[in-house]
Amino acid sequence: MKIRLAGCVLLTMLAGCGSMEIKPWVTPYERNNLADPIMSFSKDPVSAGYMHHVYQAREGARGAEGGSGGGCGCN
Amino acid sequence: MAATDPRRGPRRTIARLTPTEIVLFALPLVLIVLLWGNYSHAAILPEDRADIMYHGYDGGGLEVGGPSVLVRKGLEDKVSVWTNYYVDMITSASIDVLATASEYTEERTETSAGIDYLRDKTMMGFSYLRSKESDYTANAARIGISQDFFGDLTTLGISYAYGWDEVRRNGDDVFEDEIQRQAFRVDLSQIMTKNLIMSVNYESITDEGFLNNPYRQVRFLDGAGGFNWEAEVYPRTKTSHAVAVRGMYYLPYRAALKAEYRNYGDSWGVDAFNTELAYIHPFDNGLTIEGRVRYYSQTSADFYSDLFARSQAQNFLARDKELATFETTTLGVGVSYEFSMEWMPLLTKGVVNVTADFISLDYEDFRDVTQSGFAPGEEPFYSFDATVLRAFVSFWY
Repeated sequence: MKIRLAGCVLLTMLAGCGSMEIKPWVTPYERNNLADPIMSFSKDPVSAGYMHHVYQAREGARGAEGGSGGGCGCN
Repeated sequence: MAATDPRRGPRRTIARLTPTEIVLFALPLVLIVLLWGNYSHAAILPEDRADIMYHGYDGGGLEVGGPSVLVRKGLEDKVSVWTNYYVDMITSASIDVLATASEYTEERTETSAGIDYLRDKTMMGFSYLRSKESDYTANAARIGISQDFFGDLTTLGISYAYGWDEVRRNGDDVFEDEIQRQAFRVDLSQIMTKNLIMSVNYESITDEGFLNNPYRQVRFLDGAGGFNWEAEVYPRTKTSHAVAVRGMYYLPYRAALKAEYRNYGDSWGVDAFNTELAYIHPFDNGLTIEGRVRYYSQTSADFYSDLFARSQAQNFLARDKELATFETTTLGVGVSYEFSMEWMPLLTKGVVNVTADFISLDYEDFRDVTQSGFAPGEEPFYSFDATVLRAFVSFWY
């Protein structure tokens, strides 16, 4: 319980830091590599969504999939 | 029926968060989104595109195939709407079916739609999904909000989903039950360097209702040297927690490396993890090749057994192989070709993509009862291979 409370307090403190402005260490003009389509976590959502469904149907684990994630009510 | 099991130890305390505690975590996250959003740059809506896919699965006596069509269109740079139509045509003679029933065919149709709304620096989304087959109907609605901040270095998103399902059993007009689902998700992505982006994703899902498959059965020793079958009995509640860490790294010669680790635990005693490594390599002529390897491992549920000592041996009974101890290994390859379509009115480019995944599943405490000549509980452990194909064409406009 203490760990959970500490987590809540930490998150609240982070929220309270909203008034601080932090300068980005990777400027917008340095992000051309990151903007390349091959760097997308889920560049083909229709295909990724299908693989999530395949794994969800055969494995016990579920949730926190990549891309948009979840939303499927299928059992 | 109570869902708790006295054998569960303190190591699974993460699976015991109450809705109140989840809200306590969520409220500060909302504050972060709202307050830090003041220093963000504007987010952008997803691209306008359409995907038309054929998917096929073949493995373990189960064949599934069908189309999936996904269309997304933006409206005045503020709103993006999408819809997806998906069909599974199923022919099943899997080991579960062969053990206690006979081959069947089934069709599942899934339709979903959503809207994303961009207002200043905040993206809000709502989606609805409905899936229908002869003995099961699923509905799910999801609402989410995300925000870029720290000059677009960080993106934080939260979402909540509610699902309501109807469970039926073919050939039994009396049986009907339901399931309610709730899912709470947090996504944090962070630009680490000019070549590295990482994300952390957390999702908690709670189910309540009839959670087992109404057709599946457990087996037990009949006291006369053989075994018999009886209906599964699952708890009516389940809560799971999953945390994933992912990274994408841009290699010096224009290629990408993707890594993933996910950890999972639930109130039924299943603990699991998976890791994945993928490599994406584009060529100048429009071709892109991709390869990946994935490994998954899980422990069995507390109330799982391949062979119970007697009938009604305990309160909850399961023999679903998805709740057994097993590991999965996947090797995947894909190739795509991008081409210009500016000669076509309204279109800009297209991509043809063919991807295949080869999955091996090896069970450690689920035995192949279709094998004859073995004493009960002495049959070889079950394993099978599956091939998963996706062939699709995408258009941008």
